[in-house]
Amino acid sequence: MGKRSVVPFGPQHPVLPEPIHIDLVLEDEKVIEAIPSIGYIHRGLEKLIEKRDFNDYLYVIERICGICSYMHGMGYCEALERIFDVEIPDRAKYLRTIWCEMSRIHSHLLWLGLLADAFGFEALFYQCWRMREKVLDMFEASTGGRVIFSVNKIGGVLKDMDKDMLASFVKEFDAMEDEIRKLCDVFLTDYTVESRLRKVGILTKEDAIATGAVGPMMRASGIEIDTRKTGYAAYSNIDFKIITSNDCDSYARCEVRIKELFQSFDIIRQAVAQIPDGELSIAVKGNPDGEAFMRVEQPRGEAIYYVKANGTKNLDRARVRTPTFTNLTPLVKILQGCDYADVPILILTIDPCVSCTER
Amino acid sequence: MREEYELTVIDSSELSGYALKMKRDNARLVQICAVSVPGGYELSYSFAKGYEFINYRIVIDEDTRIASIGDIYPSAVFYENEMKELFGVKVDSMYLDYNNKLYRIEQETPFKK
Repeated sequence: MGKRSVVPFGPQHPVLPEPIHIDLVLEDEKVIEAIPSIGYIHRGLEKLIEKRDFNDYLYVIERICGICSYMHGMGYCEALERIFDVEIPDRAKYLRTIWCEMSRIHSHLLWLGLLADAFGFEALFYQCWRMREKVLDMFEASTGGRVIFSVNKIGGVLKDMDKDMLASFVKEFDAMEDEIRKLCDVFLTDYTVESRLRKVGILTKEDAIATGAVGPMMRASGIEIDTRKTGYAAYSNIDFKIITSNDCDSYARCEVRIKELFQSFDIIRQAVAQIPDGELSIAVKGNPDGEAFMRVEQPRGEAIYYVKANGTKNLDRARVRTPTFTNLTPLVKILQGCDYADVPILILTIDPCVSCTER
Repeated sequence: MREEYELTVIDSSELSGYALKMKRDNARLVQICAVSVPGGYELSYSFAKGYEFINYRIVIDEDTRIASIGDIYPSAVFYENEMKELFGVKVDSMYLDYNNKLYRIEQETPFKK
């Protein structure tokens, strides 16, 4: 048995845009055990519900995270719409779907850039983020905001995209798809990239279930589950096949996210082709009374929203179970037995969002 | 289309049994959600079996101690630490107890009403 030592990783580290700390128990260069600890930026946003009107709280929940902001708002609205028992107009459902997929594209491009940066491929990082900027430009054009754009409301959406705008977005995505395909060839075929990702950080299908993995982390372990198939927003009218891989390693997680980019382009095209004319929202009156769960497939995986209301303007509880929170246990699993040098890449492969985790 | 789900209220002594049944059915533990209610807590344990969304709820008073299901579902440990630290739920036999330092907050059990 080699000499054991404990090496602290984080909370500040070049690969971590947000603080998370992991105590790594090493035996020579092998990680024997990993104990994560969070809590550096806990904001207690769920507690704020006691002081905010349930309508105002939408703006709080959108500020849990800058990447998943739109979907946090939508998940909260859909949970309350279930309590109010209202169905939003079809046009609003399609608009929500389009903005959801645009959020997924920009999130996956951001992650690919961070991954490229982590294994020292800076040119690739720049290219990924350059592409992501185009999505942010489209957010700005359609909503007025680039990061947090507050277009959801309980009962629908606040802004519309006209035919010309939707057509221009599809054209832009067609051009982006060609460019991204070239970038992704590097991610999937470059020798250096493969050598850092192949057979590294294996999470078997059984372990993925036992540890509660979600999203691309779970699908890269061969589990064919995507919460979009539950049919929220307009997903019940969209034809798409769940992307999985049976390789169970870091490469598989990268591959699944890359293929999901192209899937998102396709979903947007379908949504634009199907979107009906009509109202953007319906009036929702009164205060909510009751409780509801709502599941949403965020870029990082399934998020669960729980809302409990008491008939007043203040809710009893609003909870968000974010994907990164549940992906911490699979992270611990894949770190066990890995080489110390692979730790930064493995942490990145869960696509960690610490802001979400410490909402 | 709106997803349907089950919500069943069970006794806290039955929790481990239901968790084991879910484990045998190859269901994933997808969350544990605590709510502070007068005099105690409502704890919802949510599982997903394929696309089935199954919730078991236990309602306990403040002093009731519940058993960790971390030995059945390792992912439960972060939820259990969260509800212990934020709500003051008393959880026994956690395989990893952060001793109220998961979130590093100064205020004791801030979510408890």
